Amino acid sequence: MHLDHAEGFPQRHTYSAPLRTRPDGRRRALRIGLGGPVGSGKTATVAALCRALRGELSIAVVTNDIYTREDAEFLLRNAVLPAERITAVETGACPHTAIRDDISANLEAVEDLEEAVGPLDLVLVESGGDNLTATFSKGLVDAQVFVIDVAGGDKVPRKGGPGVSTADLLVVNKTDLAPMVGADLGVMARDAAAQRGTLPVAFTSLTAPDGIAPVTAWVREQLAAWTAVPV
Amino acid sequence: MTAPPAVRGVRAAARIAAVPDGRGGTALPLLAGDGPLALRRTRSAPGWARVTVVGAMCAPLGGDRLALDAEVAAGARLLVGSAAATVALPGADGARATYDTNLTVGRNAELHWEPEPLIAAAGSDLAVTTRIRLTAGARLVLREIQVLGRAGEAPGHLTSRLTATLDGQPLLEQELALGPGEPGWDGPAVLGGRRAVGQLLLVAPEFIDAPPNVTRLSADRGDGVALVTPLAGPAVLVTALAADGLTVRHLLDRARPPLPGAA
Amino acid sequence: MTAATHGERRHPARAALLVLADGRFPAGGHAHSGGAEAAVKAGRITGAADLEEFCRGRLATTGLVAAALAAAAAAGVDPRALDDAADARTPSPALRATSRRLGRQLTRAARAVWPSPALEELAASRPRGAHHSVVLGLTAAAAGLDPLDAAHAAAHESVSGPATAVVRLLSLDPFHATAVLARLAPQTDRVARRAEEHALAARTGGTSALPAASAPLLDLFAEDHAAWPVRLFAS
Repeated sequence: MHLDHAEGFPQRHTYSAPLRTRPDGRRRALRIGLGGPVGSGKTATVAALCRALRGELSIAVVTNDIYTREDAEFLLRNAVLPAERITAVETGACPHTAIRDDISANLEAVEDLEEAVGPLDLVLVESGGDNLTATFSKGLVDAQVFVIDVAGGDKVPRKGGPGVSTADLLVVNKTDLAPMVGADLGVMARDAAAQRGTLPVAFTSLTAPDGIAPVTAWVREQLAAWTAVPV
Repeated sequence: MTAPPAVRGVRAAARIAAVPDGRGGTALPLLAGDGPLALRRTRSAPGWARVTVVGAMCAPLGGDRLALDAEVAAGARLLVGSAAATVALPGADGARATYDTNLTVGRNAELHWEPEPLIAAAGSDLAVTTRIRLTAGARLVLREIQVLGRAGEAPGHLTSRLTATLDGQPLLEQELALGPGEPGWDGPAVLGGRRAVGQLLLVAPEFIDAPPNVTRLSADRGDGVALVTPLAGPAVLVTALAADGLTVRHLLDRARPPLPGAA
Repeated sequence: MTAATHGERRHPARAALLVLADGRFPAGGHAHSGGAEAAVKAGRITGAADLEEFCRGRLATTGLVAAALAAAAAAGVDPRALDDAADARTPSPALRATSRRLGRQLTRAARAVWPSPALEELAASRPRGAHHSVVLGLTAAAAGLDPLDAAHAAAHESVSGPATAVVRLLSLDPFHATAVLARLAPQTDRVARRAEEHALAARTGGTSALPAASAPLLDLFAEDHAAWPVRLFAS
């Protein structure tokens, strides 16, 4: 997997995320956004990441459901994190607005979590299932993951859109279903590379043991880069 | 421009002062009724004084100016009610009537102010103002019920401003402006077609540490709803809405949280 | 004074008002329905006509109060006293929490857009957030707007929020929803002017000179909504 460290955490000029520190001067948590179409496995990816990393990192999650709490409830039911580490944000039926155009409620949620259960190493912000144009504001997250799945058709990477072409990591999920839906992973990889240039792509099957491993590795590298910069 | 003298309206001011009598009870050194506001001392529980406002006339009429002041000194306990509902009626010249109530409650004093409903008859125009000045440690139960129109009648016009301060700081500021000409009063943000509204304001220092939960009640019969809301200060407001005054009253009685520490 | 110079003096920063009152101003308002989500569920808003009556009542009550608080803040009345006055005018705990939350979010945006020492002072004295209308007034002042502008922004917001929300909740024709706002525009202007008068009176008469118009059903809707486990809007 290729990682473009130089572009990982560019200098930010918006008001919100650029500060790397909390009000008390300590380093704030790295914020990673996870977006993608409905049903592609965003919540499952978040759950798997939490399970894989919660032993070594202090993690919290913000969900942005269309109808609130569904995703938060899933995470709670599956007990991937204690309830106080999961916050649901209402989005007024516009999940992409809450992560891109008006990020204030999400920033509140992230900061409230840091205050309530911090210090945190990692905050995962999960968008509500939306379309291929939904991306996170750089004022909200430091890096973003876009999750698609093979069941949505192997043409999704070719179609592109801001999520597929600009996300810091593209996850192609449910690779185990590829034979059943007639999706060609090679085509998907080639089309993704055409859209994304050197940006990385991870193929996952969350039903396999440690199927989340490529994403976990990418998150660890992001964290290493994040903490390597002195505050 | 001179107003015809016949329709100038009544001006009446009644005053009550309650103080501890030194023997564990409450004395009324001042009990002064006036015109339509006649006051009677009535039987009460030990420690309390009770006053009933007796509506000697059907008031207020348009153009009337009524004022009722009560001061409950530190340590005194006063209960004020009224003998019958107050009916606001139109005056001869369509002028607005005013009804001002000023209540002062001292430290460790307790006032229960629970008059019968106020009914704004068709064509009437009344502005009610209630100012309550509380000192820290004061206890208060204040009930007001307002009904728009008598049975089967069109609503009158009624504004009701309630101001309560605690040690000079605002505790509750509310104004209802109801009836013909008030934008949206009958619509889905304000009364939603109901004709009666009531409020119960309870103040006690204990509410700061132990506020009641927000509670919502529906009327047993017919259309009506009540909401119990703890205020930002040591007070609770119960609001009830219903088709008629009786239902509002029942809702307020059912929703009423106990006044902590009350005698 | 000619009409032209009068106009210039009266509106030294009209474009800033458009920025502040724009529904896309990123201060969290898009996720709030102003009670409309609960009113829709209660069957009290079913179409454009109900929406108009709902907005008319909201504008005349909490809209007027918010506009007056905002105008007073823009007119230089002590923002902490206004914050207390807003508490006293908001019996519903859910609405107090919503107002402080929106105030916090607007503070965040305003700090980046129109930084001002007055806002910083208020934020420091109210770390959990000051009431939205008070922050709105200080933001308007920081943007070079006058008290009437602040009142206009608050009054407009009191109806535009529910109207936008109902478009999403009922799939109401957006032309009809916007026509509601247009029909309410004269009342919105009247409310803003009344709010300004109250605000100027409060400079000498204190916060009790501000209106306190209340709407029982809005309180009820807010508390109902806050108790739902699942909802589209934050309020």
